[in-house]
Amino acid sequence: MITLDEEEYEKLGEEFQMESKTFTGGVSLRKETGDFRSKTTKIFVHDLDMFYGEVRALHGINIEIKERTVTALIGPSGCGKSTFLRALNRMNDTIPGTRVEGTVMIDYVNIYGQDVNVASLRRMVGMVFQKSNPFPKSIFDNVAYGPRLRGIHDDALLADIVEESLKKAALWDEVKDRLPTAAMQLSGGQQQRLCIARVLAVNPDIILMDEPASALDPLSTAKIEELIHEIKKNYTIVIVTHNMQQAARVSDHTAYFYMGSLVEYGETKTLFTNPTKKETEDYITGRFG
Amino acid sequence: MAQAISLRISQLVKPQACLEDIFLDILVRVFALIPVGTLSFVLFMIIQKGADTITWQFLTQSPLDGMTHGGIFPCIFGTLAITLLMVLMALPLGVAAAIYLVEFAGPGLFFRVTRAAVNNLAGVPSIVFGLFGVGFFILFIGRNLDKMIQTGLLFGQPCMLWAAATLAVLVLPVIIVSTEEALNAIPQSQRSASLALGATKWQAIWSVVLPQARGGILTGAILSISRGAGETAPILFTGCAYFLPRLPVAKLWGVVPMINPFDQFMELSYHIFIMATQSLDAVKTLPIQYGTTLVLIALTFLLNLTAVLFRIHFRKQMGMVGVQ
Repeated sequence: MITLDEEEYEKLGEEFQMESKTFTGGVSLRKETGDFRSKTTKIFVHDLDMFYGEVRALHGINIEIKERTVTALIGPSGCGKSTFLRALNRMNDTIPGTRVEGTVMIDYVNIYGQDVNVASLRRMVGMVFQKSNPFPKSIFDNVAYGPRLRGIHDDALLADIVEESLKKAALWDEVKDRLPTAAMQLSGGQQQRLCIARVLAVNPDIILMDEPASALDPLSTAKIEELIHEIKKNYTIVIVTHNMQQAARVSDHTAYFYMGSLVEYGETKTLFTNPTKKETEDYITGRFG
Repeated sequence: MAQAISLRISQLVKPQACLEDIFLDILVRVFALIPVGTLSFVLFMIIQKGADTITWQFLTQSPLDGMTHGGIFPCIFGTLAITLLMVLMALPLGVAAAIYLVEFAGPGLFFRVTRAAVNNLAGVPSIVFGLFGVGFFILFIGRNLDKMIQTGLLFGQPCMLWAAATLAVLVLPVIIVSTEEALNAIPQSQRSASLALGATKWQAIWSVVLPQARGGILTGAILSISRGAGETAPILFTGCAYFLPRLPVAKLWGVVPMINPFDQFMELSYHIFIMATQSLDAVKTLPIQYGTTLVLIALTFLLNLTAVLFRIHFRKQMGMVGVQ
C-alpha cells in the first residue's frame, strides 16, 4: 500500500522491533490474555505530540493497537481523542497550522515519513465520521466512489463490490431494490451504515470511527454496534465514543484520554472493573466529566 | 400590585401604534414600490412602442436603405455569438480563480490582494474596460502576436475575439464571487468524506465539490450574461461595427459554418446607440430603436430563463443537500 522499497521497509521493521522491546512508555497493555497476545501489532504510536498552531493538543501519546481488535477511545470533550484518531489517517493534515512530532507506525511503516502517499494511507485507514456524510449521489455511486477513484470502471466489478460492501454493512437487504435512488433519502441510521459500506468498498485494513452512533436513535445505534462486532473479524477498529456503555459493549481495549494525554489504556473488562488510575475511575463511574 | 401587573400585560398584548410608526410604514412601502414601478414603466413603454415593429422580417433581415428599414438579424446573431464567446472565456477562468481562493489560498497577503482585486474589478466603469481592451488585447497582445507568428494584421485589429475577451474581464468578478459562494456553501464534511476515502485534493474537488457547486456556478453564468449581453462601452472600440453587409461567419474546412472570431460584428445595444445618436434621421428610425430594445431585453431574459431552468434541473438531480 505504502510505497517503500524493501530495504527501507526492513530497516523500519527492525527499528520498530527495537523500539517495541525498549518501549516501556508507562502505558502499554496490562496483563494481556487469551488470543490478544498472539495477535500482531497493527498500530504503534510512540511519543506522539500534536499542535494546533501554538496549542498543544496531544502530549506524548504511546499506544499499541493489535490487529483485528476494537479499541475504544473515551474521555471528556476536548481531551484529544478525536485529534488522536485523526492523526492515524493524517486527516489533521487538512487543518492548516497543525504540526506532528513523534512516530505513528502502521504495519511497521511510519505514516508521517516522507515517502508516504497520504491518499494510499487513507485508503488503508478508512474513516467514519460523527455525522453521516453521504455524497448527494445515488446509493450505488456513494459506495462505488472509492473504487472509482482507484480507477475501477468495470460495471460488473463495481456492482460486485457495491453488493459485497453493502452486505458487510448490513444494509443490502434494505436498499437492494433502490440502488439508483438518492442516498439522502435514507434514514439517519441507514446513511451511517452507507458511510461504513462506502469505507468497506475501499478495502481498508483499519477503520477509524469518530462517535459513529452519537447522532442516532437507540435502534440504529444497536445496529451499528452489531455491525462493528461483525466486521472486527477482518478489520482493526478504533472508535471514539462518549457512551461508556457503548465502549464496554463493543471494544476489546479502551484508552482513557484526558487533557491531551493518554491516562490509562488496557483491556476493556479490566479498565472498567478495576482501573488503576484514580482519574479513570472517576470518569467511568460518572463522578467527573 | 395586581393592577400594575395586569396593566403591564395589556401593554404587551396590544402595543399602541403611534403616528410615527404608521408614517414610516407607508414610507418604506413607497420606497419598495419604486423599483417595481420603474421596471413596469420601462417594460410597458418598450412593449407598447416596440411590439408593432417585431415581425418575422424584422427578426430575420439585414438593415436596408441606410438602416431606416429592414431587420436586425446581424445584431441578434452578433449579440448571441459574443455572449457565447464571453461565457466560454470567462467561466473557466472565473471558476478556476474561485477554486483557488476557496480551496487553496491560505489567509496570506496574496489571498487578500487577490480578494481586493476581484472586488475592485467589479467597480471599474465599463468604458475603462473598453479602453483597456484596445490597449491590452488589440495593441499589446494582438499586435505582438501578429509580429511573432507573422500573421500580418489578423490579431492586431478590433474583432469579436477581443470584444468577447474584454467583456469576459468585465464579468469575471461576477462569476468569481458567485462561484466562491457556491464553494463555501458546500459542507467541509463532504470534502473530508472524499479525502478520507483516499481521494487526492484534486479528485475531491473534481468529483465532490464541483458537482455540488454546479447550481452556484450556473448562477454566476446567468448573472454574467445579464451583465455582459447588454454592455456597449467595452465593445465600442474593440470590435463592433456600424454596419456589416455579411454575418461574421467562416466556413470551417470550407464546409462547417462557425462564428468567425476574427471578424467584426453588429450588436444589439450598439445598434440602439448608433440609431439614436449617429443615424441621419433619428426620428425615422425610432420604431426600429424600440423594436431593437425589445429584442435585446427579450433575448437577455430568454438567456436568463434557460440558465434558471438548468439550475432547477441540477437542483433536482442533486437531491436535497449542497444547493443554495
